[in-house]
Amino acid sequence: MEYTVPMPDPILKVEHLSMKFGGLVAIGDLSFEARRGDITALIGPNGAGKTTVFNCITGFYKPTEGMITMARRDGSAYLLERLPGHEITARARVARTFQNIRLFSGMTLLENLLVAQHNKLMKASGYTILGLVGIGGYRRASAEAIDLAKFWLEKADLIDRADDPAGDLPYGAQRRLEIARAMCTGPELLCLDEPAAGLNPRESHALNALLNDIKDHTGTSILLIEHDMSVVMEISDHVVVLEYGRKISDGDPTSVKSDPKVIAAYLGVEDEEIVEVLTEVGDDRVIEELDAEPDRDHGPPDSASMLAGPVTDTIAHSDDEERVSVMRGASKAERIEEREARDRAAGISGQPDDKRGGGE
Amino acid sequence: MAEAVSTERVAANTNYATAIREALFAGAISFGLFVLLVGLKTDQNIRNELILVQRWGVLAILVLLTMAGRFAYVAYLQPTLAARAAARAKAPAVAVEPSALRKNWTKLAVLGLFLYPVVIVALVGLQGSLKWVDNFGIQILIYVMLAWGLNIVVGLAGLLDLGYVAFYAVGAYSYALLASEFGWSFWILLPAAGMMAAFWGVILGFPVLRLRGDYLAIVTLAFGEIIRLVIINWREVTNGSAGISGIPKVTFFGIFNFDVSSPHYIGKVLGIATSGAYYKIFLYYLILLLAMLTAFVTIRLRRMPVGRAWEALREDEIACRSLGINTTTTKLTAFATGAMFGGFAGSFFAARQGFVSPESFVFLESAIILAIVVLGGMGSLAGIAVAAVVMIGGTEILREMQFLKAVFGDGFTPELYRMLLFGLAMVIVMVWKPRGFVGSREPTAFLHERKAVSASFTKEGHG
Ligand SMILES: Nc1ncnc2c1ncn2[C@@H]1O[C@H](COP(=O)(O)OP(=O)(O)O)[C@@H](O)[C@H]1O
Ligand SMILES: [Mg+2]
Repeated sequence: MEYTVPMPDPILKVEHLSMKFGGLVAIGDLSFEARRGDITALIGPNGAGKTTVFNCITGFYKPTEGMITMARRDGSAYLLERLPGHEITARARVARTFQNIRLFSGMTLLENLLVAQHNKLMKASGYTILGLVGIGGYRRASAEAIDLAKFWLEKADLIDRADDPAGDLPYGAQRRLEIARAMCTGPELLCLDEPAAGLNPRESHALNALLNDIKDHTGTSILLIEHDMSVVMEISDHVVVLEYGRKISDGDPTSVKSDPKVIAAYLGVEDEEIVEVLTEVGDDRVIEELDAEPDRDHGPPDSASMLAGPVTDTIAHSDDEERVSVMRGASKAERIEEREARDRAAGISGQPDDKRGGGE
Repeated sequence: MAEAVSTERVAANTNYATAIREALFAGAISFGLFVLLVGLKTDQNIRNELILVQRWGVLAILVLLTMAGRFAYVAYLQPTLAARAAARAKAPAVAVEPSALRKNWTKLAVLGLFLYPVVIVALVGLQGSLKWVDNFGIQILIYVMLAWGLNIVVGLAGLLDLGYVAFYAVGAYSYALLASEFGWSFWILLPAAGMMAAFWGVILGFPVLRLRGDYLAIVTLAFGEIIRLVIINWREVTNGSAGISGIPKVTFFGIFNFDVSSPHYIGKVLGIATSGAYYKIFLYYLILLLAMLTAFVTIRLRRMPVGRAWEALREDEIACRSLGINTTTTKLTAFATGAMFGGFAGSFFAARQGFVSPESFVFLESAIILAIVVLGGMGSLAGIAVAAVVMIGGTEILREMQFLKAVFGDGFTPELYRMLLFGLAMVIVMVWKPRGFVGSREPTAFLHERKAVSASFTKEGHG
């Protein structure tokens, strides 16, 4: 868990990233690094901007400001905010999953994993033309693609259901399939948006096993959004904490866990102050609510009408409830900062929150 | 035991009671609707006076038909449908593996199609076969081919295209113009027409494919109209709404042709009697082969990365992008491929008719082709073929139903009611099978066994 001193080089460098939606600053001047081979966790309360960070990294949003650098193993570096969306996966080798699972539900598990190998297979089939008339190495490439798919189906413990439609899988299996599908693109950085959300303990366990397997055996670095502190503590090497689009803490899990700002952001400020903060903010959400199951339906699912409206224009948004307007004093971490400043001014030495540190 | 039987009987009795009540309601409503529309008709007599013609007999027939239909629906059809739905709900979601007979069904169907003209000629003779080969065979196969082409765009890639007939028009005019101006052969112009249509597919696709759903539908609709209007107004080239006539016939690879006055007329070359049926039979096989080509290419493409990407695009475009698939080019290829088959069909159409005019490329054609795709089950070749037979064959059959005149009076022309029938058939099929005749999807690859994917999992796409 502890950092060893010769740090591996960063695979992903996010510098001064800002994302504004109209007047709402979803991310404000965020900088962090993910190290190669690590599992980096991005945590924070609902609406903190974690998914927005992912959408900026994977090209679904163009950031208002900032620079995102992806350094590949072969030494090439890519500025992700300048690449067109699909090339981020195809060339910079960043793959992602979605908070609201996005599988090709009418295609079988195997087909899902074959679609993920599209670019490779396109080349092998001579951009369809050679493959159509049956010359070139398409047949072999296709067999290799099926082998790779089989490999990941086995890893995800889904091989028995390879020929079933993806939409027919239970929730936990769908999450694992989405990860397996992302892995089939051959990524160097895998971004997972709340993979453990809504899983029961057994599924959660299977997921952790899969993630550790990926980390240990493929050399793929992982960037992970997670709510569940216990999962974060268990598997991540490095944690970045967001609140209202700002980074409030950054470090290894133990140090982050004992950071008073994190505690304030996550658990509310303790004792008499918690009441004060909550009434001031008008926010009575508690930690359990943060763990609520994400909604699974991506809009009206069974509309038989071809004219049914587009439902996919926003990306991976769980629900309206997580829309938080930033108001003065809303940030709990900010309150801690303020208090520290006040205390310093009053001449009190030391950390007033020492006794609370590492309490969880 | 006796009790069970009696409760069953009671249930049946109440069923009939409700059916009779419903039928009476339906009768009253239809009477209300039709009494002014059908029962009374305004007309002019010899002195140019407006008079009311009363048609109580026709009205009574319509009302009785409605009542009978409603009764049959409530008393018989509804319970069976409900039972079927209950059974389906109990059955597992994954459709069962088709039996060996059903697997060979396509082969038998293709064989049947190849034998069809032979059988017809044997049954009704060379001259009598004309109608059956031309009106039924060729006409249906053109629509099968068009629907299979559109299926690539709508059924596989999930892009709603309401202007497909534009590509049909491009193909038809390409052949018509180039063949009558330069005298080029059909066999050169067929691929050329396909290329031309594909080219226009790309031209249209570039600006349009960033739109989704309804917007895409509307722009493609507009594109179809634009092409038609250009054809109407560009008189120097297209001869406007008068159309182009005298388009050369297809030759049999230059070995013989179907022009009675030519020395290479098939009758003279082979030493057989002169008949117009040869050309029709030849055209039948030509369009059959073209349709087969469409099916073959579609089946092959589905197993290639592009085809899978098309279907993935229909399922979830955002996920596609996250997997590094260039969604724009993928959509463009779907558009261009679909358009190409439309172009092939168009050039065949021009060669068959010998005459093209903008009249043949109205929006209604796009709508019919799309209706066939939707009715057949988007993505399913077999279902679409069945839908084309039912829809196009059905409307052609109406022409044959002259006996209806005995019922509705001499002024009744059954073919005028084709659209009514079309609509009725669509409503019935959509109620009975919301995903079309064949709603399930055949997977393109499998590890252990090939299982059809039930329609409840597949998506229609959002544009
Ligand atoms: N496309 C968008 N348009 C407007 N606001 C957005 C959009 N995407 C995200 N937001 C806002 O940005 C904030 C952060 O959202 P998000 O990144 O989804 O949070 P998290 O994933 O941490 O729960 C929220 O207030 C959300 O409403
Ligand atoms: Mg989120």
